[in-house]
Amino acid sequence: MLARRPFFITFLAPAVLTAVILAAAIFEVLQYSVREFIPGSLNVGGFTLANFAALNKPIYWWVLADTFFISLLTAIFSLLASYPVAYALVRAKKDWVRSALVSLSITPLFTGEIVRTFSWMLTLGTDGFINSMLRKLGVIDMPIQLMYTRFGVVVALVQFSMPVMIILLATAIAHVDRDCEKAAANLGASPSAVFWRITLPLTVPGILSGIVVVFAWTMSAFSTPQLIGGGKILMISNLAYLQGFSVLNLPFAATLSLVALVCALGSLALMKGVTSRIERRLAVN
Amino acid sequence: MRSFAFWSLVVALLTYMTLPTIVVLMTSVNPTEILAFPPQGVSFDWYAKAVTYPDFQVAFRNGLIVTACASTLALIVGSAFAWLIHHYEFRGRGLLEGVLWSPLIIPHFTLGFGFLLLGGAFRLQQGYVMIVLAHMVLVMPFVTRAVHVSLGNIDPALARAAANLGASPFQVLTRITLPLVVPGMAGGWLIAAVLSLTEFTASLYVTGSRTQTLPVAMYNYIREYADPTVSAVSALLIIATTLIMLVADRTIGLRRVLAIDTH
Repeated sequence: MLARRPFFITFLAPAVLTAVILAAAIFEVLQYSVREFIPGSLNVGGFTLANFAALNKPIYWWVLADTFFISLLTAIFSLLASYPVAYALVRAKKDWVRSALVSLSITPLFTGEIVRTFSWMLTLGTDGFINSMLRKLGVIDMPIQLMYTRFGVVVALVQFSMPVMIILLATAIAHVDRDCEKAAANLGASPSAVFWRITLPLTVPGILSGIVVVFAWTMSAFSTPQLIGGGKILMISNLAYLQGFSVLNLPFAATLSLVALVCALGSLALMKGVTSRIERRLAVN
Repeated sequence: MRSFAFWSLVVALLTYMTLPTIVVLMTSVNPTEILAFPPQGVSFDWYAKAVTYPDFQVAFRNGLIVTACASTLALIVGSAFAWLIHHYEFRGRGLLEGVLWSPLIIPHFTLGFGFLLLGGAFRLQQGYVMIVLAHMVLVMPFVTRAVHVSLGNIDPALARAAANLGASPFQVLTRITLPLVVPGMAGGWLIAAVLSLTEFTASLYVTGSRTQTLPVAMYNYIREYADPTVSAVSALLIIATTLIMLVADRTIGLRRVLAIDTH
């Protein structure tokens, strides 16, 4: 047994240990979510379902709905903004254009969320770049409010999610069989007809996975709504942080964190269902 | 005409993607405290203030310790795990994979909160052990994926040939497999290090005032002051991560590690 499976235990043990630690951390969240909150204390009481019952208030439903809404808007606009870039990235004729596009679209992924959020604060602020430029050009007299608005939060979130969307779309576009496009063109289809009736439909699986990945990602966004939303725009992450660190209601913070986890897992499960169904239909046709 | 319109659109979208970076770089060299566009000169005063600000110095050192430990641990455990799932089928493998890939899906604030509570249970809250563990768990999927892709690209005949010529499993591992996956491991390690160095949300939960990492220190600074010191720190981080990623791309092919194929 040992001889036939060399290194099995040696390589398995550290992975299992890591998985156990990770599971223990998530279990702690689960455990706290069913504990009683003792006001003024970080210790928790006995087991209760009161935290989940407390979720059923208009304000929490509103935050959850807003989280969904912002995530959906982000996913849709991210798709619209990323598709042309991904298309150019795959189809550009010159090598250096492709490399430049890859670098430009991927590097923002690695600067970290605090740098990116801060950069957007400088761009969107009352004295920020956009307002200064518009004032200089004489378009506006008074600065327009971009910070602390849903619009500002979505503008930043779309930019954050574009690298991931571009990667997913580029992979899908690269897998489109060029012969299908050539056949359509030979049969007299105009370039735009080729794109709308051949290329785009063939990349639907990539589009769907892009939308859902960005949706799930945005659902768990924290620093952007925290800093650009500035308390005026609350997503579920900000509410969880507020409950944990300002109200010091750890059980309820755990409940909200758990809800966010379930939403993230749920949207990915939904994606699996939808994409496999669509792929089956595409395979049949 | 149509192609001109298309490329204009692409350029406009790329401008949108890079605009915040350009703005932050501009403000970091602007001499005045008030934002001004275009900058009213070039000065490196904010950089001087950024690198001498004690909170940032300590946070940078903390971050380096955490990043070095977390990405190296992730490299060891993740590579071993990638080798394991590449070679063996075993009971519970699906569950183990599910748990270890899950940090890609779990919101960072849920994970950070979990590690905060776990740290509390063991009286290790806000200590390096918990910070390193949280970071390690978060970045390990990237290492595992990079090494797994590299392993898949190795010709299995090489290992068989070595074994037929009398090499022990240990010799096959260290003399055949390991040298061939070193690029994948290096790429995965670099990505893990960059992600750990810039990780914010989970770090906000698991660090304390003495153990805060650079992004957390930046967040605390932004909430109190509104001068371009953070612009300078951001600029330094942008330059550092871009350089690391360029090096990674040149030496090992970032596109391969990220599994982006454009052909």
